[in-house]
Amino acid sequence: MTLTMENPAAQAAPRNDLKFACRGVNVHYGDAHAIKDLAIDIEDRLVTAFIGPSGCGKSTFLRCLNRMNDTISICRVTGDLKLDGEDIYAPRVDPVQLRARVGMVFQKPNPFPKSIYDNVAYGPRIHGLTSSREELDALVESSLTKAGLWGEVKDRLDKPGTGLSGGQQQRLCIARAIATKPEVLLMDEPCSALDPIATDRIEQLIGDLRSQFCIVIVTHSMQQAARVSQKTAFFHLGHLVEYGDTADIFNKPRDKRTEDYINGRFG
Amino acid sequence: MIGTDAEIRKLSNAIAEMGGVAEANLSRALDALSRRDAALAAEVILDDKRLDRMEKQVDEQAVRILMMRQPMARDLRAVISGLKIASTLERVGDMAKNTAKRAQILAEGPAHRSIGPVVRMGRQSLQQLTQALDAYANGDLELARQVWRRDVEVDELYNSVFRELLTYMMEDPRTIGACAQLMFVAKNIERIGDHATFIAEMTSYVVSAEAPPPADERPKAPLEAGFDEPEDSAPASGAAPSVGSNAG
Repeated sequence: MTLTMENPAAQAAPRNDLKFACRGVNVHYGDAHAIKDLAIDIEDRLVTAFIGPSGCGKSTFLRCLNRMNDTISICRVTGDLKLDGEDIYAPRVDPVQLRARVGMVFQKPNPFPKSIYDNVAYGPRIHGLTSSREELDALVESSLTKAGLWGEVKDRLDKPGTGLSGGQQQRLCIARAIATKPEVLLMDEPCSALDPIATDRIEQLIGDLRSQFCIVIVTHSMQQAARVSQKTAFFHLGHLVEYGDTADIFNKPRDKRTEDYINGRFG
Repeated sequence: MIGTDAEIRKLSNAIAEMGGVAEANLSRALDALSRRDAALAAEVILDDKRLDRMEKQVDEQAVRILMMRQPMARDLRAVISGLKIASTLERVGDMAKNTAKRAQILAEGPAHRSIGPVVRMGRQSLQQLTQALDAYANGDLELARQVWRRDVEVDELYNSVFRELLTYMMEDPRTIGACAQLMFVAKNIERIGDHATFIAEMTSYVVSAEAPPPADERPKAPLEAGFDEPEDSAPASGAAPSVGSNAG
């Protein structure tokens, strides 16, 4: 791969292995051109933040990374999107299997109307990840522990997940996402419906999970992006405007549009 | 204007206004010294309270911006440097006030030959301060660099005034009182030159995001051996904070 300044992904030498390598990605919703010729490399075992005004394409692109856009009939994705060197849009790729590798956490906590235990056990069961009840119990416990929720729910695993507080529900969704042992965790504004204390817990959790996963987070909070991420990508009108080390993006962005956006001058 | 624009502009205006008062007070203190005008000196001393109040207002504005707007990048650097420059200008005001106090004492005694050179040195420092403030207000990197390089001239003037005063004191011990006052005035003025240098460094920090060079890399005229205390007067340089990486 040749690195040039025209390639926004090449602005800083990667510290870690690449998880995603994307080139010439275009996304259309019918006639609307949502992502325009995007190129980005996403590194493993660190947190990459996508920022940008509403409608800039950041969530659309996030949803390309585990083919969530497949469910939208008018959505057309073209270009090269490789996960560990494999084209994730190749015909032989099963989107369900892909989503087991690339988990997702949404803006609003959305636990299934099932018990806390069954919420976490759901993925491992459908993917046949465990062979005995003991193994499944252990996986549920370790997932809830990693999500920082085990201590709060271990005595009420049979109670409905929807009975938890908002912050607990979001951690339950994270536990559910990591129970299938994914390699990547996509988070679409995971804290926008949470209070500052619950937000702080999720951010700490992101910091803890970073050593094991490739994490990509979409956020509208500049401070959150600055706190949790090591790389930041700024999207505007379907373009990747600037991508680099988070410290550089928030301290000395090179593009005027980035500077304006992070200071709330448009959006 | 939306976002932080309006408030950052207000902060810059407040700094410019403070700079104007600091310049005026230094200029009037120098006039009081050269004309041996105790009444003018008294005005300068009273006016220093205004600078103290203005510094407090800048502090409050800066805290408000940080709290309400959480600025990033250049806006954040503008707020940080605004805080630092306000405190620097307050110090410049103190030095102008101290100069005015000494001008009052000197006005009571006979005129002294060294007042002229000290005032000239003061005008040079004042010009440095004016240009540093202009560079800051306009984000003019080239002017900031010129100010930074030229501080050595004030240092050289200081060394020559220092030598001159020593000679007079040795020649005629009756002048020791006046010469000692002038020595402190010269030292005040030399420090104001350092403060101008610091404002030039802050200009470069705001515009380019580069942390200022360490203080020992500033151009400096060598001190007269054995006649002066070690340099500790310059405001801490190299202290511009940089955003740390989250990478562990």
